[in-house]
Amino acid sequence: MGERAIRAAFEGGPALVPYVVAGDPDPEATEAYVEALVRGGADVVELGLPFSEPIADGPTIESGIRRALDAGMTPSRYLDLVADLDVDVPIVTMTYYNLLFRYGDGDVEPFVADAAAAGVDGLIVPDLPVEESGPLREACEQHDLALVFIVAPTTTEDRIERIVEQASGFVYVQARLGTTGARADVSEQTYESLDRLPDADVPTAVGFGVSSGEQARAIVAGGADGVVAGSVFVDIVASGENVADRLERTAADIKAGATEASSASSVSEPERT
Amino acid sequence: MSVGTFGDYGGQYVPEALMPAVEELADAYERYVLENEDGFVDELRRHLRDFGGRPTPLQRAAALSERYGHDVYLKREDLLHGGAHKLNNALGQVLLAQYMGKERIVAETGAGQHGTATAMACAYLDVDCEIYMGRTDINRQRPNVFRMRTHDAAVNAVDAGSGTLKEAINATLRDWATNVEDTHYVIGSVVGPHPFPSMVRDFQAVISEEAREQAIEQIGDLPEAVVACAGGGSNTMGSFANFLEDESVALYAVEAGGDAITVEEETGVAPHSASLSAGEDGVLHGARTKLLQTEEGQVVESHSVSAGLDYAGVGPELAHLVDQGRVEPVHVDDDAALTAFHRLSQDEGIIPALESSHAIAYLEDADFDGPVVVTLSGRGDKDLDTVIEESERRDVAAAPSMGVFTE
Repeated sequence: MGERAIRAAFEGGPALVPYVVAGDPDPEATEAYVEALVRGGADVVELGLPFSEPIADGPTIESGIRRALDAGMTPSRYLDLVADLDVDVPIVTMTYYNLLFRYGDGDVEPFVADAAAAGVDGLIVPDLPVEESGPLREACEQHDLALVFIVAPTTTEDRIERIVEQASGFVYVQARLGTTGARADVSEQTYESLDRLPDADVPTAVGFGVSSGEQARAIVAGGADGVVAGSVFVDIVASGENVADRLERTAADIKAGATEASSASSVSEPERT
Repeated sequence: MSVGTFGDYGGQYVPEALMPAVEELADAYERYVLENEDGFVDELRRHLRDFGGRPTPLQRAAALSERYGHDVYLKREDLLHGGAHKLNNALGQVLLAQYMGKERIVAETGAGQHGTATAMACAYLDVDCEIYMGRTDINRQRPNVFRMRTHDAAVNAVDAGSGTLKEAINATLRDWATNVEDTHYVIGSVVGPHPFPSMVRDFQAVISEEAREQAIEQIGDLPEAVVACAGGGSNTMGSFANFLEDESVALYAVEAGGDAITVEEETGVAPHSASLSAGEDGVLHGARTKLLQTEEGQVVESHSVSAGLDYAGVGPELAHLVDQGRVEPVHVDDDAALTAFHRLSQDEGIIPALESSHAIAYLEDADFDGPVVVTLSGRGDKDLDTVIEESERRDVAAAPSMGVFTE
C-alpha cells in the first residue's frame, strides 16, 4: 500500500476520489459510508480528520467537521477507525497541520508512523504549502506515504514546478478560487490549471466544486486523471436519509461520467462546458 | 524553506491559493515599507500626522503615580483618530494595498476597533471595504458596528463557533482565498503568515518610536518598564519594538486572565485568553505560534471580558521574545481589569478600553521603582455597555452605581 497504491489506483482509467469526514455523524456510520463509496466505484477514499479551524473548507464540509468533533472524533480515534476499515482502496487523510504537529508534541513523524501502521496511504494538508513541508515530507518518505499537494488557479509557473517536483501520490488541482463546496458548473480556471501542468509522472485529480457525472466528464475530457468530490457527499451524510444508498449512487454517477470521457477523449477534442 | 520566522515561530502556513498573494505582499512590504519605494513611508507618515493626529502624547498620570509611588506615564493611543492604535496599521495596510493596485479590502475584527480603523482608512483613501465580525462580538460591540457602517463598510456577521475573533479570521481568510486577485486582507494584529507579523509590527512601531523619544525628553531617561496589553499582540509589539535593544527596560505583556487560567477539557473552553502564559506550540491562521488548544490540537474557545483580547493565538514574534526571556508574559483577570477601568475613569478622567484596562490593572500587582510607560491602546467608549453590565453582575468594588438609570 502507500504511495504506490495511490498511483496504481489512477492507472486503470480516471480515478474517483470521494471525500467524507471521519466521525460524521459517528465512527460506525463512517465505516458504512466508506464501503458504500467503494461499491459506487471509489478508487481512492479521502477521509477527513476534523480540525476546529478548517480555513480551506466551505460551509458544507465545515458543518460535517463540527458534527464529527461534537461526536468526539480525535486523531487517535480516527486512526482506530482507519484500522477497522474493511475496504480494498487506498485511504488518504485530509486534515490541517496543527493536528499532526500536536500529535507528536511538535514532531510530525509519530502521526505519520501511526497513520501508516493504521493503513493510511497518503496525506493532504491544505494549510501546508511546499515551503513549510520539509519535516512532513521526510516523515512521509520514511513511511512510504504519499504527500499530496494542491495546485490553485493562482499558483505561479515556478511554484507549479516546485509543487509537481515534490508531490507524490497525485497532484490535487483546485478547480476554482475559494473554498470547497459543490457547484453546478466547471470553472474555466480548471482547464487553465490543467493546461499549465507539465507532463509529470504524478497523476492529477481535480477537486473543489465537483458534484456530478457531467462535471466529471468535462474535467476528465479536459485532461485530468481523476476527480475529487467532497461537499456533494457530505451533503448526503448531513441529510441523514438513505445515506449509504445515495452515496453509492452518486459515486457511481460521477465515476460513470469520468469513465465515459476517458473512452471518448482519445477520438475527439474535449467539449468544454 | 520557511521565511519570516522568529526562532521556531512564524512562517507561512496558508492554503496554496493564497501563497502567491502572500509572496506578492512580502515583496511589496520589502519595497514600499522597508525601502520606502515611491515615497510610501513618507506618505504614510503624512497621513498619520494630518489625518491620524500623531504624535500622541506621553502623559504623566498624577493619581496613578501617587497611588503606586513611582511615575506612571500613559502613551495616549486613545487620542489617535478613531480612538485606538489600530489606525496605525489599518492606514499603513490600506495605503500599501493602493500602492499594490488592489481594489478591495477585507478585514476581520474582534472588538470592532480594527474594523472601525480599517473602514475609516478605506473611507479616507476611497477603497471598497468589507468587514467580518463574529455574532457574539457584534452583540457586545454595537457602537463600533454602527461606526463601520457609517463609514460605508459592509459588515458580515459570522455565526460559526463562538462567534468571536477566531471565527471572523477564518471567514476573512476564505473571502481572501476566493477574491485574492483584486483583494487585500488587512490583518488586524501581528498574527498570520509572513509578512503580516513583521509588517504590522513595523506599522505599530511608531508607538514606541514616539514613546522612547518622549520618555528621554520628558523624564530625561529611559523608563524602568513598558507595560502593554496583549491579545494578538499588535499593541504589544508596537509598544516594545523600539525598546527591544534597551536591555535596562523591562517589557511586560499583560494578557487577559479571564475568570481563571485553566482549560475545561470537557467543553473545550478556556475561560481566559492568555496564550503566551498558558498556550502550547501550534499552527493557526498562517503561523506557528503559542496557542490555546486541547491535548489533541483542537483550538479552544477563549474568553475575556474584553472582546479585543479574546483570541486563542498570539503573534509569533511575541511568542519568540517570551521564549528568549526578553518579554515577560503576565495576566490579570476580568475583575481586576474592570476595577482598573473605573479607577482610571475616576482618578484620571480617561475612559480606557477594556483591553488597556488590563495593562493598567497590572500596576496593582507589579513592584516598580522607577518611571513606567503604560500604553493606553484605545479609549473605552465602545465598552461602556459591557462595563456597566459586568460591573453590576460581578459587584466590582470601584464601580459607580448605574442602577438608578438602567432600571
